[in-house]
Amino acid sequence: MLQINDLTVRLAPGQAARPILDAVSLRVAQGEAVGLVGESGSGKSVTCRAVLGLLPRQTAVSGRVLVDGQDVLSQTAAGLRDLRRRRVAMIFQDPRASINPVRRIGDFVTEGLRAGGLPYRQALDRAEGLLEAVGIEDPRAALRRHPHEFSGGMLQRVMIAGALAAEPDLLLADEPTTALDVTTQAEVIAILSHLRTERGMGMLFVTHDLELAAAICDRIYVMYAGRIVEEQATGELFARPRHPYTAGLLAATPRLESHEPPHGVPGRPLSLAESPDGCAFAARCHLAVERCRERRPVLETLEHAQVACLRAGEPVHD
Amino acid sequence: MTAVTLHRRYRLPADRTTVAGVAVLAVLVAVAILAPVVAPHDPLAIDFSAALSGPSADHLLGADQSGRDVLSRLIFGARAGLLGPLLVVTLSTVAGTLLGVLAAWTGGVADAVLSRAMDFVFAFPALLLAISLVAMFGPGLTAPVVAMSIAYTPYVGRLARGVALREMSRPYIHAYRVQGWSGWVICLRHLVPNVVPLILAQSAINFGYALMDLAALSFLGFGTQPPVPDWGAMINEGASALLQGAMLPALVPGAAVVVTVVAFSIVGEGIADRVSGRER
Amino acid sequence: MTENVLEVEGLRKAFGGKTAVDGVSFSLRAGGSLAVVGESGSGKTTTARMLVGLEIPDAGRIGVEGRDRSRVPRGRRARLARAREIQMVFQDPYLSLDPRISVSECVEESLRLHFAMDRQARQARRDELLERVGLGEREAAALPRRLSGGQRQRVAIARALATEPKVLILDEATSALDVSIQAQILDLLARIRRTLDIAYLFITHDLALVRHAADDIVVLYRGKVVEAGPTEQVLAAPQHPYTRLLLHSVPRPGWDPVQIAADRRALQEIM
Repeated sequence: MLQINDLTVRLAPGQAARPILDAVSLRVAQGEAVGLVGESGSGKSVTCRAVLGLLPRQTAVSGRVLVDGQDVLSQTAAGLRDLRRRRVAMIFQDPRASINPVRRIGDFVTEGLRAGGLPYRQALDRAEGLLEAVGIEDPRAALRRHPHEFSGGMLQRVMIAGALAAEPDLLLADEPTTALDVTTQAEVIAILSHLRTERGMGMLFVTHDLELAAAICDRIYVMYAGRIVEEQATGELFARPRHPYTAGLLAATPRLESHEPPHGVPGRPLSLAESPDGCAFAARCHLAVERCRERRPVLETLEHAQVACLRAGEPVHD
Repeated sequence: MTAVTLHRRYRLPADRTTVAGVAVLAVLVAVAILAPVVAPHDPLAIDFSAALSGPSADHLLGADQSGRDVLSRLIFGARAGLLGPLLVVTLSTVAGTLLGVLAAWTGGVADAVLSRAMDFVFAFPALLLAISLVAMFGPGLTAPVVAMSIAYTPYVGRLARGVALREMSRPYIHAYRVQGWSGWVICLRHLVPNVVPLILAQSAINFGYALMDLAALSFLGFGTQPPVPDWGAMINEGASALLQGAMLPALVPGAAVVVTVVAFSIVGEGIADRVSGRER
Repeated sequence: MTENVLEVEGLRKAFGGKTAVDGVSFSLRAGGSLAVVGESGSGKTTTARMLVGLEIPDAGRIGVEGRDRSRVPRGRRARLARAREIQMVFQDPYLSLDPRISVSECVEESLRLHFAMDRQARQARRDELLERVGLGEREAAALPRRLSGGQRQRVAIARALATEPKVLILDEATSALDVSIQAQILDLLARIRRTLDIAYLFITHDLALVRHAADDIVVLYRGKVVEAGPTEQVLAAPQHPYTRLLLHSVPRPGWDPVQIAADRRALQEIM
């Protein structure tokens, strides 16, 4: 469905010491929900946007992004339009910044449908059904209203309706609930998961919140400083994190059901101006040894997981 | 890593256009200050035998109707051309910042009164104001400078008020209140210094506009009086030369105005980019 | 029975006819920690702003060690005395420091305002404060824009501690930070409370954080206190439907959307 191979994105030399994305590879199968978790600056959003061919300007890009076997990065403008219209839809973090404030909700939701050649009347009927599906009361009236008449949570539902309108095969969600209240987040996520399962869509869910990713994803990739450092099925990732960074993140997350207080990961994330020779996490890692600072680990398969850690095979982790 | 190397490493590469703008302005200022040294002729020296002569080794940019050297008049004209706007920008920046920040800081009735007063001045035609002041002070640099300073103050004032309101909503200002500082100290020590850089960026752009407006007033005969060289007046005097087929006496000061205005705009934009790039 | 350092009674504040805070009361033990929990529109931020004097309550009482601070302070002495009672760390680390003031100056300013000490003593105290929050010489000389979000929040904590307050309000102070950094700051706060006589008031929406950071909890919903008590007890057996909704909304593995929908219906029935 979605396959990213060795995607590398770098700024012009002199502007940054390390690439924004460094050989990122990931895949999302048909109907699968995949989490992409990382902290600020890890490159998770850039990865997500690359799927739609939205890359930051003035960057050198290598690698491949395949949607249904077609390479996105070599698409023409028309090809990209078609891709965005029919096959891949995206939900952004801040619905208020992503929906045109002067146009009606109906226009927003039917935009893709009409561009796809559906007559206006029929598009409106479909939009009404979609708004109902995302739990908006009186959808017929809602179509005629403007974005400012909705709360953030309601607007994010509208955005989901708009994303689903074209019946895409793949949904990209970039921190879709970060701007929302906790209880609203729960509702929006519930709607999103339900509709996704019902329609058999694949989803790439980008978030900084491991717990949230765990709540809805089958499999999780963890990113650090532009690289994928670990990939595992959700249950296994929580039960047995293989990368010290993942373990650190898990230990840092305050948990309702645990008596153990959260423990911080020392130091701070790598900025774009820093490019250590060895493992990017070595400076913050309590397991780091001499060779971690010299050799850069690559992603290797270990039982059911993929890990980029030189000591992943050693018993030190348990 | 010391603070200095950190600074170097993160500094944005200087924008080339801005550098060019600064260079043009530096040359202009130098020329204005060194006018008596660099000008090839006395700008007031009349030589009818050279009247309306084109460029020659003696008169690089030709001579005007009275045979005065256009280049020398241009060079001396830079003095009035830059001094006038400098006064206007200084006065309007100081007054506008004071009024704008005061309006934002006090809020309520005082804000309403100050804002409406600025709107009133804003709506009053600047040219009319200038002409009535000329009637009061007589022609010369004073009346146009005072008029333009008054006319420009509300532009600065509105901007200053807007920026101040935005800064005031930021938690660092609240934090100083919670720390126990008095309102005035917070306003003067923390608010004003954070408002000023953005105002200065706008003032640099205003400098160009003021130069153009003052040149227009001189052109109309309300500004610097002949025979003192002034770009606006030169364009006026050159207008009749145009009819006689001599382009340079009008074109040269016109080009000088355009180049200066553009240079100030570029520098203003450059400062604004710098300031906003530093924001976070 | 330990003494309460902060007592809030019947606090009320309306903005243009809309009541933001409606009869809120709670108290905070000396050296204790209390979390005021709610979502946007619950009135938690307005409550915090009234406690530090950024808003004046329409009605109610705020007392620190028995001294009332619900009205506008009269004069410099009263203002400074209040600043030594309660300090606050704000949510957005990127906007809560003056961008022109270096880290060391930021802390020194505060010391200069509140304490008569000579330069040497002040600098020693400044270094001690910065060290306490884990900032070294390099950070001390820097302007805020050279620092990461977590480092800036440490500066804000040092600045707040400079006045030696009895109560420190943490208004979503870690919610803008990365998880790994948030935990560092929580560690730091816990360490500070063990060594100093200071009480914390967390203003937050994050129950998982409250679970580990606060002894007691007050749940606000639409400007009113709907539940209050020891954290363990409230989280183990929430009585109010809103608290239940909030609790079940916290994402975690095995999280149940059906339960959340049921909670919301229950809440709508009683409100």
